[in-house]
Amino acid sequence: MRRMLFSLAAPVGAFVVTIIISSIALMLFGSNPISAFGDMLGHAAKLETQVDILNRATPLYISAIAAAIGFRMNLFNIGVEGQYLFAFLIAAQVGSLVVLPQVFHILLITTVAVAVGAAYAGIAGVLKVTRGVNEVISTIMLNAIAISGLIAFLQQRWQAEQENFTSTTLGTNPIEESGLIPNINGLLEIFTRDIGQGKELTGMLIVAGVVGFGYHFLLTRMRFGFDLRASGMNPFAARAGGVPPKQMVVAAMVLSGAAAGLIGLVELNEKAKFSPNPIKGLGFAGIAVALLGRNHPAGMIFAALLFAFLDVSAGILQNTQAATKEIVNIMQGIVLLVAVIAYGVTGRIQAREEARATAEALQETEGRVTEGTEVAV
Amino acid sequence: MTAAIELTGITKRFPGVIANDNVNLTVKKGEIHAICGENGAGKSTLMKILYGMQSADEGTMKVYGDVVNFNTPNDAIDRGIGMVHQHFMLADQLTVLENIILGAEPTSGGVIKFKEAEAHLAQVAADYGLTIDPNDMVETLEVGERQRVEIIKVLYRGADILILDEPTAVLVPQEVEALFDNMRELKAAGSTIIFIDHKLDEVLEISDSITVLRHGKTVASMANDGVTAHDLAELMVGSELPTPDTAESTVTDTVALEVQGVTVKAEDGRDVVENINFSIHKGEILGIAGVEGNGQGELIDAIIGTTDVSAGSIDLHGVNITKMSVRKRRELGIGYVPEDRHHEGLMLDSPLWENAALGHQTQAPYGSRWLINRDGARNQTELIKEQFDVRTPNIDVSAHALSGGNQQKLIIGRELTSNPSLLIAAHPTRGIDVGAQAAVWEQIRTARAEGLATLLISADLDELIGLSDTIVVMLRGRLVARLAPEDVTPRDLGAYMTGAATQNTDEAA
Repeated sequence: MRRMLFSLAAPVGAFVVTIIISSIALMLFGSNPISAFGDMLGHAAKLETQVDILNRATPLYISAIAAAIGFRMNLFNIGVEGQYLFAFLIAAQVGSLVVLPQVFHILLITTVAVAVGAAYAGIAGVLKVTRGVNEVISTIMLNAIAISGLIAFLQQRWQAEQENFTSTTLGTNPIEESGLIPNINGLLEIFTRDIGQGKELTGMLIVAGVVGFGYHFLLTRMRFGFDLRASGMNPFAARAGGVPPKQMVVAAMVLSGAAAGLIGLVELNEKAKFSPNPIKGLGFAGIAVALLGRNHPAGMIFAALLFAFLDVSAGILQNTQAATKEIVNIMQGIVLLVAVIAYGVTGRIQAREEARATAEALQETEGRVTEGTEVAV
Repeated sequence: MTAAIELTGITKRFPGVIANDNVNLTVKKGEIHAICGENGAGKSTLMKILYGMQSADEGTMKVYGDVVNFNTPNDAIDRGIGMVHQHFMLADQLTVLENIILGAEPTSGGVIKFKEAEAHLAQVAADYGLTIDPNDMVETLEVGERQRVEIIKVLYRGADILILDEPTAVLVPQEVEALFDNMRELKAAGSTIIFIDHKLDEVLEISDSITVLRHGKTVASMANDGVTAHDLAELMVGSELPTPDTAESTVTDTVALEVQGVTVKAEDGRDVVENINFSIHKGEILGIAGVEGNGQGELIDAIIGTTDVSAGSIDLHGVNITKMSVRKRRELGIGYVPEDRHHEGLMLDSPLWENAALGHQTQAPYGSRWLINRDGARNQTELIKEQFDVRTPNIDVSAHALSGGNQQKLIIGRELTSNPSLLIAAHPTRGIDVGAQAAVWEQIRTARAEGLATLLISADLDELIGLSDTIVVMLRGRLVARLAPEDVTPRDLGAYMTGAATQNTDEAA
């Protein structure tokens, strides 16, 4: 119970402080915080906005899991960005080349995306264990190679192969309907009214749920997850305990990249192709979401929803002129900063409490003071 | 004449441990004063207090007769005290001169005055007869030269009292000679040197006076005049702790571990373990005695598999495990109690039951090829808690919440309950109280009676003599003696460990 209260204290406290600091920031910009927050909440109360939020939260959540897999063993995979965009392009291109029965077509595209993400992240893992290259450096480089090099080059090449392309046919060739995961509006509409404005709730939401569950199962039930966490907690003890450090680094990077490969599928399913201007930045946002959600499968759901809510609120603030839309980025920054500090503080208090409680519990059960048994070393 | 350093009644307590217990030390001006003692005798703590890195709970310090109170090393430096650490603190990518002035750069308007620094350095080097090229890159220097840079760095700052913390530990014999020559030059130039070492031949060669610490107390302080290595060894190791009783032999004919010609190289290419041969039978405890840093750690690493051997073979029950992964070796039944439980033993922020599973997560009851068996692991941890008397309210608390002794009992428990056929136990009772110590000894002895082969490494010589069926002594990476515990005293062992005595036999097989 105490533990529960403690783990809630940090996020709740962080939330309150964030609201206060954000209000001050809003006032400094000459906006009225009450009307700004009012507009944001009023907007979010609409079903269509909620669909937007879920559609945005889905890739953020998957991205957070990709980052969290690395974090759990102290690996910093900054390359999620490059991994998902590259996987997105290849999967879209492969998907456009074939027409298969729906299940197989979807499976093919998904498999390609996962494999490309995994392989591309794997490069950083292999570089680390064979040549000692820090994964932060290599993934930053690999991001640049993927985005400015491979994607720019391949996109242009595949563009040129289209016979007479216009501005609407830019990007890869469209994928046939059979390759797309259908929307799940029907599922949501069981509980709500019909969704209007032509909004579609992405089917990838279910995939994100499966990934989240898989992540949870991997970490808490599987031996591999145990090895992964042990390596992150104390790499030396893990090694002495039989966990092979090099294999774990490569495996963790590959797994992280595999999850990253799924991120772009949200947009792929929406647009049925790799558009010339895909949504960027999800890889970096995922790192923030993982930090805010403390790498916890449920914590990251809330964090992804919060970030998605703020992202989606940018538009309405601009429309109603209640505040500049950049305020949402400031809020995301504030909430992250405050949360990290709050986690640090409560973590320390918790550790102290635990040591004290243990010592107390022992004295009660033993009914004796252990002072006399001290020995000089 | 006033002494350069006079420490009186220095006491320093850490939770559960008294590191220095009423220690007295007097160092005359212009002498080389050696401080000897086993590991954990309190030498480093005493030096850290003298150098201002820690403050004493009780006692007074005088430098040249003035009472001083150091809060930081800078206070000590201001009083002319400098320390050369065992692990060098040099920036490889800078030159000797840059390293020496680092942190005390002479500047004018933010620009470093290299000319002035170089002149000052040349003066210092000439005064003390130390030669070094100020423009060499540190990364190109040999170990002995790096040490000289560290010493000059201290002198450059005006120190005339030098503390050298185990300066010979990293040096090869020729470099030790060069160091001693330098030390004599420094002494001739009027410096006072405090020198920590536990290689007794070296201590006797270079020092004018010797102070011996044991279990945090000063046991002797004398002039180096007619003292023998045997006397020193006896003073260092003493023999007053409760001793484990030697039980009836349970040694069998079946060989469990066979180590043949094992050599391990350090990163710099030196042999830290050199052509080691021994075997351990089922039901046998083989004790390795040796001053820390003589290759025992690397030998253990080679057997558990965290270090590669450069030559030789290791067989467990007739299976060659020389190239096997740590995990395979663990699955074959090697149990491991590491030297430092926080470094290699525990995940401090994880609950006890996960810590109990560590190292055994691939096997029942903790887990299998793919999955972790949470119920199995938890039940097993409850069992360890009962059997090994781990004092904890429950098995979900984090490992850091337990006291050191209870953490150690958890580790011993997890290793012994997983039915090992070979146990590697490094300092199994270090830092735990007397009661827990006796319990650990009993557990190891029970397992031995059931056929466990044990490799025991300990700095507690009474523990080694009391538990072992055979004792070998390791010095500078080699086995230098093989002894029967029945007719060996801590004093004899101390002599072999420090090189004061040698056994005139070939390396025991």
